[in-house]
Amino acid sequence: MNRIQQKLQENKKLLSLYFTAGYPAINDTMSILQQLQDSGVDMVEIGLPFSDPLADGPTIQESSTAALKNGMTTQLLFDQLKDVRKTIDIPLIVMGYFNPMLQYGVEKFCATCAAIGIDGIIMPDLPLAEYEAEYKTIFEKHGLINVFLITPQTSDERIRQIDAASNGFIYMVSSASTTGAQSGFGNTQSDYFKRIDAMNLTNPQIVGFGISNSDTFQAATAFAKGAIIGSAFIKHISAHGANSVADFVKTIR
Amino acid sequence: MITEPQTNYQADDRGYYGDFGGAFIPEMLYPNVEELRSQYVQIMQEPSFQKEFNQLLKDYVGRPTPLYYAERFSKKYNTKIYLKREDLCHTGAHKVNNTIGQILMAKRLGKNRIIAETGAGQHGVATATVCALMGLECIVYMGAIDIERQAPNVARMKMLGATVRPAMSGSRTLKDATNEAIRDWINNPVDTHYIIGSVVGPHPYPDMVARFQSVISEETKKQLQEVEGRENPDYVVACVGGGSNAAGLFYHYLDQPEVGIIAVEAAGKGIDTGESAATSALGREGIIHGSKTLLMQTPDGQITEPYSISAGLDYPGVGPMHANLFRTGRGEFISITDDDAMQAGLELSKLEGIIPAIETSHALAIFEERKFKPDDVIVINLSGRGDKDLNTYIEYFKL
Repeated sequence: MNRIQQKLQENKKLLSLYFTAGYPAINDTMSILQQLQDSGVDMVEIGLPFSDPLADGPTIQESSTAALKNGMTTQLLFDQLKDVRKTIDIPLIVMGYFNPMLQYGVEKFCATCAAIGIDGIIMPDLPLAEYEAEYKTIFEKHGLINVFLITPQTSDERIRQIDAASNGFIYMVSSASTTGAQSGFGNTQSDYFKRIDAMNLTNPQIVGFGISNSDTFQAATAFAKGAIIGSAFIKHISAHGANSVADFVKTIR
Repeated sequence: MITEPQTNYQADDRGYYGDFGGAFIPEMLYPNVEELRSQYVQIMQEPSFQKEFNQLLKDYVGRPTPLYYAERFSKKYNTKIYLKREDLCHTGAHKVNNTIGQILMAKRLGKNRIIAETGAGQHGVATATVCALMGLECIVYMGAIDIERQAPNVARMKMLGATVRPAMSGSRTLKDATNEAIRDWINNPVDTHYIIGSVVGPHPYPDMVARFQSVISEETKKQLQEVEGRENPDYVVACVGGGSNAAGLFYHYLDQPEVGIIAVEAAGKGIDTGESAATSALGREGIIHGSKTLLMQTPDGQITEPYSISAGLDYPGVGPMHANLFRTGRGEFISITDDDAMQAGLELSKLEGIIPAIETSHALAIFEERKFKPDDVIVINLSGRGDKDLNTYIEYFKL
């Protein structure tokens, strides 16, 4: 069983954090991962920066631009993560956009992830149809879990399709927005969370987008299995430095 | 196994032109794009849509545009050159053919808010124009750097009632304006239609925009029949940035193998200078703005910033139709430098009394290096007029 699947079976609400590899400094990757694990975070999305991150708001756009300027590349990230499983045992997911993966070579990318001990991949712009037609067999051969997104606008029919194609969790985007929205959650979100909960999907859901503090974490995990925080965490390390990870995690739970 | 030569250069049901196209979009865009995909062909074929579209093209845009035999220009290069006068369209370029089509599409889909991206401002003006015509809210994303460079078009959009929002991310030009428009669409999934300005983006955009622009070759066929006694020229020639004017001129000739297709890209300061927009020469297969196509990128897959003196050609990708024409060899791709394009623009002005857009000047510049037979019939898409480029011409020629 994959580390993600094991983690999902634990009887607790999961806290997952996203950070952009190569930010704030090029060699912060391993240190941030270690601090996240030591602070009790359950799972991590390691962001592979992209020049044109369509689904991201200003915070992750800026951290991505800075990381690329610092010299981050796909190969460098994999080199940094070479020995990650000697010290880190929580599930790790690489999150990025599809073009850098395509240029690296999908087969080589997946093989390298598997060799390092990466457990899953989130590529928001690799949609279900393209994945199933071209890439599913490669991901599965290397034991990688591919995570799909759903949004408040996703039809029930499509959610069922995505559930059937998933074998880990479903990334439940909290609202119609790019990452980093600060509005908090209202009735629209709680109706949406309840609607998805009532569908009794096979895969648990982890909520992302718009979760920035303890209140939004509590609200998101009232129904879902866990929640992912990205932009708020990046803002925190921008302001307080890459060694302040534990301070941020303490404010969430 | 013997593979059949490709006989159909149009998009298939999944929006693929050979290896290129598709819809590589985040799930947040799926409902919008799927709504459009599932309905666009049916809506376009409705008689009421056809009637309204054709009426507006005639009475508002000023179609059909003339097919003009450029006698002095032809004599200079010892061949027969016709100019398809898209520069005479309302707003000064072919762009409005597409925005008229898409605004009618948006109304039928029940959308009341329109967004668009623009580089030099031509597509932004064409979108703001049709939004004024239909009384719909219009927001145009434009790179902060382009806003400074293209002040007259910014003013036009404002006069037409549009809101111009600066794209502050990345390189702050067309590619980033497109990113911002896509982000807006993610944030406004219900009431908004995104009018993309070229044959780029996720399926169904490349095919839909090509269909709206195909009026160019539809008219050319009839007009050429009248003057030459045949519908098919020997060559069709157009400049390609994203490639919408080229798609329009090529459309009805794609599957006519006797018609040569020539696509002209911007070499900028030269293909090997690092300041170029010649995607077919410098690009590799990848994903940009939801489409698998040829694009300029680093070895690591980061999208790079192209350069051309012409703001309408400096897009780092090319529409998937054109990527397929290049890969299959159906299209001949030529790249033209800034200098050669500027000279060709000046030459057409002096020989024919027509000041072309600098984009178009690239297509006019091929005759110095690409020779044709005296009885070849060549149709060039004169995609836009040069008014918007006057400052560039003034600076370049010290006028």
